[in-house]
Amino acid sequence: MKAFADLYSRLDATTSSNAKLAALRDYFLLASPADAAWAVYFLAGGRPRQLVPTKLLRELTLTVASLPEWLFEESYHSVGDLAETMALLLPESAHTSEEGLATWIENKLLPLRGLAPDVLTLQLTPLLQQLDQRSKLVCIKLITGSFRVGVSKLLVTRALSAVAEIDAKRIAQRLVGYTDLSARPTAEHYLRLIAPLNEEGDERSEGQPYPFFLAHPLQLPTDEFETAIGSPQDWLVEWKWDGIRAQLVKRDGQLWVWSRGEELVTDRFPELNVLAEALPDGTVIDGELVVWKHAPAPDVEVDPEKIKDQIADQPAPQRTQGQVQPFALLQQRIGRKTLTAKILENLPVVILAYDLLEWQGEDWREQPQSARRAQLEKVVLTCDRPQLQLSPLVTGNSWQDLDRQREASRSLGVEGFMLKRKDAQYGIGRTKDVGVWWKWKIEPYTADAVLIYAQTGHGRRASLYTDYTFAVWDSAQGNPDRKLVPFAKAYSGLTDAEMREVDAIIRKTTVEKFGPVRSVKPTLVFELGFEGISLSGRHKSGIAVRFPRMLRWRQDKPVAEADTLQTLQALLPQVSRPEPKEEAALP
Amino acid sequence: MELVVARPEGLYCPPGDFYIDPWRQVERAVITHGHGDHARTGHSHYLAAAAGEGILRKRLGEDINLLTLEYGEVINHHGVKLSLHPAGHVLGSAQVRLEYKGEVWVASGDYKVEPDGTCAPFESVRCHTFITESTFGLPIYKWQPQGEIFADINQWWQSNADNNRASVLFCYSFGKAQRLLSGLNPHIGPILVHGAVEPLNKVYREAGVNLPATQYVSEMQDKSQIGKSIVLAPPSAQGTHWIKRFGDYSDAFASGWMQLRGTRRRRGVDRGFIMSDHADWPGLQTAIQATGAERVFVTHGQVHPMVRWLCEQGLDAQGFVTEYGEEAAEAETDLSPESSESSQMTETALPPEAGLPPETEGSEQMNIAKATV
Repeated sequence: MKAFADLYSRLDATTSSNAKLAALRDYFLLASPADAAWAVYFLAGGRPRQLVPTKLLRELTLTVASLPEWLFEESYHSVGDLAETMALLLPESAHTSEEGLATWIENKLLPLRGLAPDVLTLQLTPLLQQLDQRSKLVCIKLITGSFRVGVSKLLVTRALSAVAEIDAKRIAQRLVGYTDLSARPTAEHYLRLIAPLNEEGDERSEGQPYPFFLAHPLQLPTDEFETAIGSPQDWLVEWKWDGIRAQLVKRDGQLWVWSRGEELVTDRFPELNVLAEALPDGTVIDGELVVWKHAPAPDVEVDPEKIKDQIADQPAPQRTQGQVQPFALLQQRIGRKTLTAKILENLPVVILAYDLLEWQGEDWREQPQSARRAQLEKVVLTCDRPQLQLSPLVTGNSWQDLDRQREASRSLGVEGFMLKRKDAQYGIGRTKDVGVWWKWKIEPYTADAVLIYAQTGHGRRASLYTDYTFAVWDSAQGNPDRKLVPFAKAYSGLTDAEMREVDAIIRKTTVEKFGPVRSVKPTLVFELGFEGISLSGRHKSGIAVRFPRMLRWRQDKPVAEADTLQTLQALLPQVSRPEPKEEAALP
Repeated sequence: MELVVARPEGLYCPPGDFYIDPWRQVERAVITHGHGDHARTGHSHYLAAAAGEGILRKRLGEDINLLTLEYGEVINHHGVKLSLHPAGHVLGSAQVRLEYKGEVWVASGDYKVEPDGTCAPFESVRCHTFITESTFGLPIYKWQPQGEIFADINQWWQSNADNNRASVLFCYSFGKAQRLLSGLNPHIGPILVHGAVEPLNKVYREAGVNLPATQYVSEMQDKSQIGKSIVLAPPSAQGTHWIKRFGDYSDAFASGWMQLRGTRRRRGVDRGFIMSDHADWPGLQTAIQATGAERVFVTHGQVHPMVRWLCEQGLDAQGFVTEYGEEAAEAETDLSPESSESSQMTETALPPEAGLPPETEGSEQMNIAKATV
């Protein structure tokens, strides 16, 4: 545990990628394969289910440190991190356990899961006493599943690549799905990650997916596109779907569905199982999982070519049969533990396919995008199941032309366009060396809102007021009785310097304190950006917005000139969508 | 009889008719120590510990009307017996003991209980009423012994020097910088100081405090030694043109606020050394207990938790509204958010929902929304 805690401290102490890389490399070179296996698991984002309820850890801390609960809360507000608060409050131990990470996890921590509270306290207290403060912090973070240390998966990949002396892309390939292991990471798993390059074929075994290729935002005025990225003729243009990125892997008669987080989600989408029969072995498709409203089934069998002609004039997302449903509905499905027949019926999912990574057992990622697309179209057509649809292409004579078509995005429930270069290979993660994907998103909605409540942040924002509640006026200027009604919480978009400045103003203009929350005199106006807006019964304003964030601080704008509820209501979709809850309840 | 009350000008002693560390201009001011939030300009008469004379004159002007007392020396003013006792905070820092008609009060200013060799160590003074600070008044603040911190700092410096990288150590210029100097191992390499630090070193040396040799980077003959050196600079030097001359340096910050991972990361330095010239939580508790006081006033820092905690321990504790702590905020910039806040606000019970105000279904606003759509 000590070696891993030292690694954590080294990683935490620096912002330099090279320093982090060196720390990781040093750790992997010295660690036993069993310890390294767990280290890779945690560093690459693996999270075991919570081992000990947080409440119990709090109680244990209070008892051992003999502190009243309110003082724990006060401390927590200052620290902004629960595990760190507990590590600071528990008494310091003189010595620390030299036993490795794997021993700690497998022999000491995992067996704690599911124990009765009193037994658990008896076992955990002496365990924590074996650790110095740094190890204790790491240990508590592992127990509570809140371990994060500012290391990207890419960095772990590079470190392993250096240790194994193997190309990082190959390591990335081997690492896909590692954190999903339903089995515990073992020494054997780790040794396979860094094994010499001689066991080809082994890498595509079973349901192993490919590392996802990720897009970069394209933030340029449209008239600069031509110079920056060339003619639209060189690009495949698709709608940017608002769903869950997923890979369908069909091998050995079996189908696996992987999410972008490299989580195996096959069980969550049982309706996709029909594709196991319909797709040939050795096929891997990249696409978007969305909730789909299927068009009524046609009475007679229709020639697909004819359909193409008939629907060519319709807005593109409708050229496929049916329509994509809001992300909120998909979220409802993901949230459920059990999928009832009713949910499956009301919220059916489909895959909108947009890339082909493997065909007939061959890795197609080095084929040009256009060739992959052509083959994908054949595969989807042959498969012929409503659960697998093609993400349609959009064409335009010029970027300006496409920009005009892009304006339809909001009404179609998509986020803009994806641009994929026709000659691009399928890269790994955010690489740009073998081709590039751009996301050309629509501008967010905006509103000028007033900061009325502030709360202290977490982590590096601990004890700084960085989480804000924003309000708009409930009627236009001139009404002396008008009030500010809250409609959104936001905490991102400010620079560190702005955050400090706002923090100071909040402290000076505080009206009341409620624990970690303060109400302030309304003096601060921010331009908020958000992606979606809908009616909501949960908020006083009657409105809910999606992904709100601060675009800029309107120091030029007096509070009285902030936007009103009426301005927000005007942004609601023309045909107001029914509330998701109601929709889901429909027979 | 109240020997000290809070007035808009500062803490005031009614029978003696003088102030302790006032923040507005007054006739008579007793100064506990030279930090800017305690020692301000413009008072007509100053009284302070002799050990702090050099500092006060350096910061407030050579010509201030200053009377000094040796630690423990008693003077009588309007029947109030006044003496100063070491607070262990910085050079010349003092607790003020007041005795009047058999009643004893002690105002501590800022204090630290661990001795550090650059100023007279904290001395516990028995009293009926104790006025304490509470800068680090939460149980999360527990300091390591200073020897261990110095070992860490020297090790960091050594390993940078081995890689020919300068070590830039940010610290407050008065007090912290000299304490750090006293613990550095000069055999590792040259010790360079910022222009804000050296004048205070001079005052310390003149007061007989033994500090290793320091120099300005401009005086350095052999610039190739920069990679072996450690540089002491105030936090305000971070990101300035001046600091760029040290090239690809490693930086660190020495402050009690470095105890928290969040503030450490927000600082954006490579290392945070947890070293404070204030008492930690156990230090505050032992200091308060050792006075034997039954009444405690808490002046600044974590006032609310400390008052509540002491009350729960059976003491008669309450807060004093003061303007102390602002210099700490300035010196440690964003690191001490709680110290700059307005003292005027009220404490209220928790709202039903944290972060968002109470919300009711079908409120008036909701109806408007529905009607318009």
